[in-house]
Amino acid sequence: MASRTYAYFPGCTLRSHAHEYERQALAAGQALGIDLVELPEWNCCGATFPLNAENVMDLIAPARVLIAGGKAGGDLVTLCAVCFHVLRRTANFLQTHPFALERLNAFVEEGPYDGQLRPRHLLEVVRDDLGWAEIRQRVTQPQAGVRLAAYYGCMLLRPGPEIGLDDPEQPSVLENLIEAVGAQATSFSHSSECCGSYLAATQPGAVERASLRVVEAARAGGAAAVITACPLCKYNLEQAQREQPEESRLPVAYFTQLLTIAFGVDAPESAPWIVGAPA
Amino acid sequence: MDCGGAGMSEARPSALVIGAGIAGIQAALDIANSGYRAVLVESEPSIGGHMAQLSETFPTLDCSQCILTPRTVEVGHHANIDLRTYSLVEDIRRSKDGSAFQVRIRRKAAYVDWSKCTGCGACQEKCPFKVESDFERGVGVRKVIYTLSPQAVPNKPVIDAEHCRYLISKHEIESGTVAALTKSGKPAEPKCGACAKFCPTEAIDWDQKDTYEELEVGAIVLATGFDLMSPAQLGEYGGGQLPDVVDGLAFERLLAASGPTAGRVLRPSDGQEPRNVVFIQCCGSRDPARGQPHCSKICCMYTAKQAILYKHHVHGGEATVFYIDVRAAGKGYEEFLQRAQVQEQVNYIRGKVSRVYAENGHLVVKGADTLGHRSVDVIADMVVLAMAVQPRPETRRLAEMLDLAIDDSGFLCGLDEELAPIETLQSGVFLAGTVQGPRDIPESVAQGSAAAGKVIQRLRQQGGEAAA
Repeated sequence: MASRTYAYFPGCTLRSHAHEYERQALAAGQALGIDLVELPEWNCCGATFPLNAENVMDLIAPARVLIAGGKAGGDLVTLCAVCFHVLRRTANFLQTHPFALERLNAFVEEGPYDGQLRPRHLLEVVRDDLGWAEIRQRVTQPQAGVRLAAYYGCMLLRPGPEIGLDDPEQPSVLENLIEAVGAQATSFSHSSECCGSYLAATQPGAVERASLRVVEAARAGGAAAVITACPLCKYNLEQAQREQPEESRLPVAYFTQLLTIAFGVDAPESAPWIVGAPA
Repeated sequence: MDCGGAGMSEARPSALVIGAGIAGIQAALDIANSGYRAVLVESEPSIGGHMAQLSETFPTLDCSQCILTPRTVEVGHHANIDLRTYSLVEDIRRSKDGSAFQVRIRRKAAYVDWSKCTGCGACQEKCPFKVESDFERGVGVRKVIYTLSPQAVPNKPVIDAEHCRYLISKHEIESGTVAALTKSGKPAEPKCGACAKFCPTEAIDWDQKDTYEELEVGAIVLATGFDLMSPAQLGEYGGGQLPDVVDGLAFERLLAASGPTAGRVLRPSDGQEPRNVVFIQCCGSRDPARGQPHCSKICCMYTAKQAILYKHHVHGGEATVFYIDVRAAGKGYEEFLQRAQVQEQVNYIRGKVSRVYAENGHLVVKGADTLGHRSVDVIADMVVLAMAVQPRPETRRLAEMLDLAIDDSGFLCGLDEELAPIETLQSGVFLAGTVQGPRDIPESVAQGSAAAGKVIQRLRQQGGEAAA
């Protein structure tokens, strides 16, 4: 199989809370001939997209990542939904605001940045560069009979026209991935509701309410687990359930785990949707 | 002057009216009653436009069909009106001296010889195939050979070639996709043909083709009306996904005595009577992000009307309206709104809805109550979306043909929106009804009459004589 090489930006969360996500992504990538080559030097993406367009300084962190990506050549791929969100919106902004780009380039010494990079999420690479037929071919452990809830949250989809990863109201990429490994995507009314996001820092009660609604909706659809592409969503959904007895919690897993298990890279018994699944 | 025969008398000045909704009907009748000829072109098989789909009208709660039918019947019988239904204007060119227009009209093949058809309806009864009906706005079906309604003018059916078993199999045989001979060696014959078998006057004409007609007119009235934006464009409200989320016109059909449920309000998914209905206003309208900054104008009033009618149909039912603000500026409109709120106890919640989704066999409407400063979840059995009023695609084509100005939302512009709203950049071309922007029925009728006045003035100035 032809190997595809991409520049890869991990971001801070994958090196602090979400080691598993990265390990799974690299392993699944290997099985698919996707070679993720980490940027030689990188910094935090900035973690939120600055909505104040006047202040170009706020864009320096993500712009530095884009510059590093540009130097690496090829496409820049990321895993964390927040990093993806910030990088893509920054790239869009700098592409459409030449004056801001000029000011930024005057300041950042690693530059200049040409404004042309379009950072991508691994889900896009899997969907658009490989396609579902190729995923199906790779599957050695079909996850037949497993019902899973595809959970997008906000960062991966919105604002729709700017992010452009999928239809923000009726997304399908995670559902298609779930079906491609032989599992069943459940109907899930809260698939693109917010988990509460960074309110975890200031209003934990609000996060708990928002996240529990998502979990309950997934459970109502008969899901054995929630599949996500966002470390923050995973953290919030799990934290919201921490008071519940372990056996009644709804597991939350990265889409990459679905791939490593379906490809036989990880042991079937490591899948959270079989162990203790309420389905 | 000779009025006999269906053909056009060259000497008689005449006007073309495009679109036979209430505005076009009014314009054609006024022109015709002044003694001039009106050629009324309609793309649907029969006239009446959206008004024929409505249950009742606001603020009087008149039966829409009942007040419309005298007008449609008058059009059908008028000696000075040449009605061209199931027809499209293909081309318009101005004559060299600028005074007249050469018009080319295409009449779509109906596969029914209307000169033989008596309108008995046997074909529709016997046709074995049903398809979703545009006229019923997706909440009802029609036969493949059909008229829009029992009150259709003209009351002559057309065959929907796309779904007709006979025409499809006839095409397959003729194009060679199906063998010309059957296994037993006989020539293959098209299947079905039930309508033709039962037609007492042999009016079914399988070989009918589109026909073209060229004529000259002295003036044109554009009255091509509006469409509602498709609910499928509002994925956040489950439009196009959840069967019990319907648009305002679909709900009209569920309220209408002549509709698919014979006037019983039954939700599409399971035919049950909805105990809670939520109406959402400004769906796609007043939304610059969607490129539709305009107010659709009619929704505040028809939503109030639908909520009232729903409560009359379903006793004890709860009706809730989400609104940004209520615009009730017509005569008797504010009083009507107060009736909805006070007398009929419709719940009005000021705020937008962010999402509608299905849960446990119900719909959940997540909205903001901006007067109560809280977010609200309303459980509903059915949701009615007051979708944006949009220009029809046909309008843009005509505007390009005639070189007319179009506004940001795609509606046609008057020559001067304050002082010459009926005239256009082109002399002799006038506007009536919702082709220019959202209008209600009285405004559309008034504009139809106004356009007719301009037409009559022009034809008179050109020296053409009206019939006595």
